[in-house]
Amino acid sequence: MSDLIEIRWHGRGGQGAKTASLLLADAAFNTGKYIQGFPEYGPERMGAPITAYNRISDEPITIHSNIYEPDYVVVVDDTLLESVPVTAGLKENGAIVINTTKSADYLKKVLNSYNGDIYTIDARKISMETLGKYFPNTPMLAAIVKVSKIMDDDAFLKDMEGSFKHKFAKKPEVIDGNMKAIEMALKEVKKI
Amino acid sequence: MSIRERLSGNEAAATAMKQINPDVVAAFPITPSTEIPQYFSTFVANGVVDTEFVAVESEHSAMSACIGAEAAGSRAMTATSANGLSLMWEMIYIASSLRLPIVLSLVNRAVSGPLNIHCDHSDAMGVRDSGWIMLFSENNQEAYDNTLMAHRIAENEKVLLPLMICQDGFITSHSIENIELEEDSEVKKFVGEYHPKHYLLNDKEPIAIGPLDLQAYLFEHKAQQAEAMKAAKDVILEVSKDFEKWTGRHYGLFEEYMLDDCDMAIVCMNSTAGTTKSVVNELRKNGIKAGLLKIRVYRPFPSEEVAKALANIKAIAVLDKADSLNAMGSALFQDVASSMYVAGNQVPMVNYVYGIGGRDTTTNDIKSVYDDLAEIVKAGKAENPYRYLGLRREEK
Repeated sequence: MSDLIEIRWHGRGGQGAKTASLLLADAAFNTGKYIQGFPEYGPERMGAPITAYNRISDEPITIHSNIYEPDYVVVVDDTLLESVPVTAGLKENGAIVINTTKSADYLKKVLNSYNGDIYTIDARKISMETLGKYFPNTPMLAAIVKVSKIMDDDAFLKDMEGSFKHKFAKKPEVIDGNMKAIEMALKEVKKI
Repeated sequence: MSIRERLSGNEAAATAMKQINPDVVAAFPITPSTEIPQYFSTFVANGVVDTEFVAVESEHSAMSACIGAEAAGSRAMTATSANGLSLMWEMIYIASSLRLPIVLSLVNRAVSGPLNIHCDHSDAMGVRDSGWIMLFSENNQEAYDNTLMAHRIAENEKVLLPLMICQDGFITSHSIENIELEEDSEVKKFVGEYHPKHYLLNDKEPIAIGPLDLQAYLFEHKAQQAEAMKAAKDVILEVSKDFEKWTGRHYGLFEEYMLDDCDMAIVCMNSTAGTTKSVVNELRKNGIKAGLLKIRVYRPFPSEEVAKALANIKAIAVLDKADSLNAMGSALFQDVASSMYVAGNQVPMVNYVYGIGGRDTTTNDIKSVYDDLAEIVKAGKAENPYRYLGLRREEK
């Protein structure tokens, strides 16, 4: 299963990292992939560090364990960088995507000189501009799709529009904002 | 035509229950099976099913309500985990001894204490001798498929025993994965309607169910229960064959994965079997003859069949996700060991207790078991048969 892509999400309870991992699984599923999306359940408190996972493959996936050597890591909250070993096991030919405005020097230092690619995105700014509230998960979802190249931008945008229409059937006013957040995030995620 | 979907294990179980549309569901929520009655109650509220949903005040009452409903002549289902099953315990035995084919979705979780919400099989192992048919499920697909087959097995006149479908708490119950679903109308046709021969609400045949049963007959009634459990094996195979004709998905009493030519085999149940398959694939690439026997039908235990399938293997590891705390190996190991002994098969065997309280079991853990088995094959014997996998120990 050389085509297997493994992703680990780090966030804080309430930020939607679990939901983002499920949305990513959905999007990949809709392009015909085999998927897993699962959180690591611990004490469920707002603000507590949480981890969620994705496996995505062209072949059926039978492994049922957490992910220790991910291809990609997504950090939804940069205050975790100093307390959680987010790059643990992360493959050197993979990448980490962080929601942050911190400097490149700071990030390199705090990531224990991780040698793979480091991408950043200001999900707070995108979320505030497009949704008027801080929901970092939608921009982070777009960022990891862009970086991991799981699917091309157009297929992803089309799929997400369908998902949002379904998910927000009772709140159609938020669909446009979420779509804008995704479009912005696809453009603004940058390698440092 | 199957429908390509993605669902969690709990969603898969609830979807099967929706398609079965039983007469009664009585349940009390407990992690990690809570979502099953939660989803099901929304089906009831939305009128998708016409089930009578009884929101009871405890699991003891949940099982009691299922017993009442089944005795009255209707089809009843429930779901629970861990301490929920513990609280049902008294009624679990009553359900099976009254020969009521109740179907229960058991999302496996460690029984307290101390309190733990994560997966192991201590809940299921606590009721392994209670006269329930027990099917184990590697993933959401198997949880769904086993549920669709459950009533045809349990309600068969030769069987008439309650049945539980097990799946791993959180590991599969809360993981979204691909699944093939069947059409509602096809499920309805396959499951069929329940017309019990004897039931309480039949005014043409007034009967009593569950009265006093002392020295004169209880022994004979228990023997009948045991006979029904033996008969269940063939019924399970018949229903599985029909299911395969319909869906194309094959099920036996257990799954043999790369077993026929293998030198060393792991025997295990539920999600760990999937992780083991991935390790077997890797080892096979390097020419190592590793195999897996995944138990699907744990009660009745397919003793002769398991012994036959494992007869020519050089070393066997049985993985138990519950510790029997008895200084002589856990439940699945004992079942496999006695099956082998009675069949006259002398193969070196070891037992690993693993994954207690949700301790994650990785491909590296499984790989280490095959490494140990390779040593046993070389030595031709197994020292220290009672072992742990993934246990942290103090540094010496």
